[in-house]
Amino acid sequence: MQEIIQYLFSGVTTGSIYAVIAVGLSMLYSSTELINFSHGEFVMLGAMGIVTLWVHLSLPLPLAFILTVAGVSVIGMLFERFAIRTAKKHQPITLVIITVGASILFRGLAMILWGKDPFSVPSFSKHESIEIAGAALVPQSLFIVVAAFILAGAIHLFFKQTLTGKAMVACAVNKKAAWLSGIPSERIGVLAFIISTGTGAAAGIFIAPITMSSYDMGTMLGLKGFCAAMIGGLGSLWGAFAGGILLGVLESLGAGLISSGLKDAIAFILLLLILYICPAGLFSAKVAKRF
Amino acid sequence: MKQRKINAALLVMAFCGMVMAASVIETPSVLAASAYKIGGIFDSTGPASFLGDPEKKTMEMMVEQINAAGGIDGQKVEAVIYDSEGDPAKAVSAVNKLLHKDNVIAIIGPSTTPTTLAIVNFIEKARVPLISCAAGVEITSPIKPWVFKTAQSDLLAVAAIYKTMQAKGIKKIGIITVANAFGESGKNQLVGQAKDFGIEVVIKESFGPNDTDTTAQLTKIKSALPDAIVCWGTNPGPAVVAKNVKQLKIDVPLYQSHGVASPKFIELAGDASEGIILPTGKILVTKLLAETDPQKKILEKYEADYKTKFNSNVSGFGGYAYDAMLMLDNAVKGSGGDKEKIRAALESTKKYVGVTGEFNFSATDHNGLSPDAFVMVEIKGGTWKLLDK
Repeated sequence: MQEIIQYLFSGVTTGSIYAVIAVGLSMLYSSTELINFSHGEFVMLGAMGIVTLWVHLSLPLPLAFILTVAGVSVIGMLFERFAIRTAKKHQPITLVIITVGASILFRGLAMILWGKDPFSVPSFSKHESIEIAGAALVPQSLFIVVAAFILAGAIHLFFKQTLTGKAMVACAVNKKAAWLSGIPSERIGVLAFIISTGTGAAAGIFIAPITMSSYDMGTMLGLKGFCAAMIGGLGSLWGAFAGGILLGVLESLGAGLISSGLKDAIAFILLLLILYICPAGLFSAKVAKRF
Repeated sequence: MKQRKINAALLVMAFCGMVMAASVIETPSVLAASAYKIGGIFDSTGPASFLGDPEKKTMEMMVEQINAAGGIDGQKVEAVIYDSEGDPAKAVSAVNKLLHKDNVIAIIGPSTTPTTLAIVNFIEKARVPLISCAAGVEITSPIKPWVFKTAQSDLLAVAAIYKTMQAKGIKKIGIITVANAFGESGKNQLVGQAKDFGIEVVIKESFGPNDTDTTAQLTKIKSALPDAIVCWGTNPGPAVVAKNVKQLKIDVPLYQSHGVASPKFIELAGDASEGIILPTGKILVTKLLAETDPQKKILEKYEADYKTKFNSNVSGFGGYAYDAMLMLDNAVKGSGGDKEKIRAALESTKKYVGVTGEFNFSATDHNGLSPDAFVMVEIKGGTWKLLDK
């Protein structure tokens, strides 16, 4: 019993990380119909940013946090302006390949800039791990789970309550119609990129203390986030969130109860199964379209 | 009967071919007898550059030193070094260049097990001595006549850990290894040698090289109630394991492999590194060694030379090239550049004390090291402490 609780704790922690990444991906998809395969790289940039600003330059944590998120968002904006928009007349598949290429570029630049050695980031709080029913819970896990809920909630409110958010949804549904009704679709596209890459950076910052930050950490995280978004149903915000948590928990239970060698395989087998049984994802109300 | 004749004919032909090939290779080196050419293949860039870069620098430094002292038997030494970038295909093209274009009398490197294994067949065919700087046991077992290596095998690291465990009365262990070639090899050695030391591996787990969390695996290990845990991997995974062990409050000693024996590991794992025991080459703890240790002087000299020349700290990896170069230097002396004589001299190298340890090569051992090439250290207060034997 005690082991099961421990598996659940670590599953929810990793699951929350996947959830934040999936939410960023899903949010970008629902406003621009684009899957950004370099999203994991923005998570890496967030983690590396906090290493540089907080650990190396010892800025106060809140300031380092804001600067990192802002900096990564600017990179996301430039990426949209110079790589995506210049090619946007092409098929969506071309844009997807551009993002794959961008992820290789970002990884390479990060390797040159920060080197190949991993970095360690201290926990945000100095508290010892908490013991619940014999299972240990790390305080940083709580930070991650809370941050995941806040980020997803904020994006939810943004889409439902603000005019800009609604305009973004409108752009996704029909870009031309949105443009005709006076929505500046290009500016909305940029904004979507800024928010998406910003949440990616925030995810990177929160996970940095429990994992190690290195230039090549983004690939696997991006893939797992993509998995989670697909499981939950692309384009559905809370679906992506739930998909992330589900993936994390199943991975952890799989590693604990079946075999740790199969940990990653479990995630991808699950993705195949779900796409086979229910192609639109578990929580998507909409029917899968496009592609 | 007929079959036999054909075989015999083939053999004779093959022999002739070999003699011809050998003479083709040797002629230019006799002509260009002004210098002994020694080849080097190192992964000086790419993912294994932390191995290849210090090895390449060390080899260049050693050649300079040998030439400054008058060369070998009055002949200058010339190093021809290629970069294999951690890619077996690049290592193969490098070895072909060295064998057929540069006509070297011996080769040092490559840096990793996959790149070394990719070229051993070419070496055996061309009959040129090779001293590899890679750790894999499979390079020198089974024995290949022309292939030697200077890096300590996993075999010895595991033996060193198990010896310490035996002394501490540890009987049951749980192991957690990284899911790549290094971890697999470590796992095989850990499981394979356990019986010889009266140790039982009660649980085997693994983790991905980029895993962010290993608490699930460690929880499973914890419930198997081992006396100690052994983690086998290279950074950053083992640091995550160390942190998770502390978070889960698992109260048994944690052993790590020589794969993390660098100050970087202490930096990554922070407080969680406290009390971890691991085997390491002596170069990490030169200052702590007893004055009577035969390696101490050599280590101090190598450290000082390297630091003045390259203005960076030495690593044990460069030491593999150091030992390879000096043993080759000894073997080439008096050989007149004859490869068979060099090979024979290498194989009969005895009691050569180098950076890595004391080498005793023989016809049945082309690594020549004993578990004494490792010392066991414990991490105390953010630094290394020698463990009493």
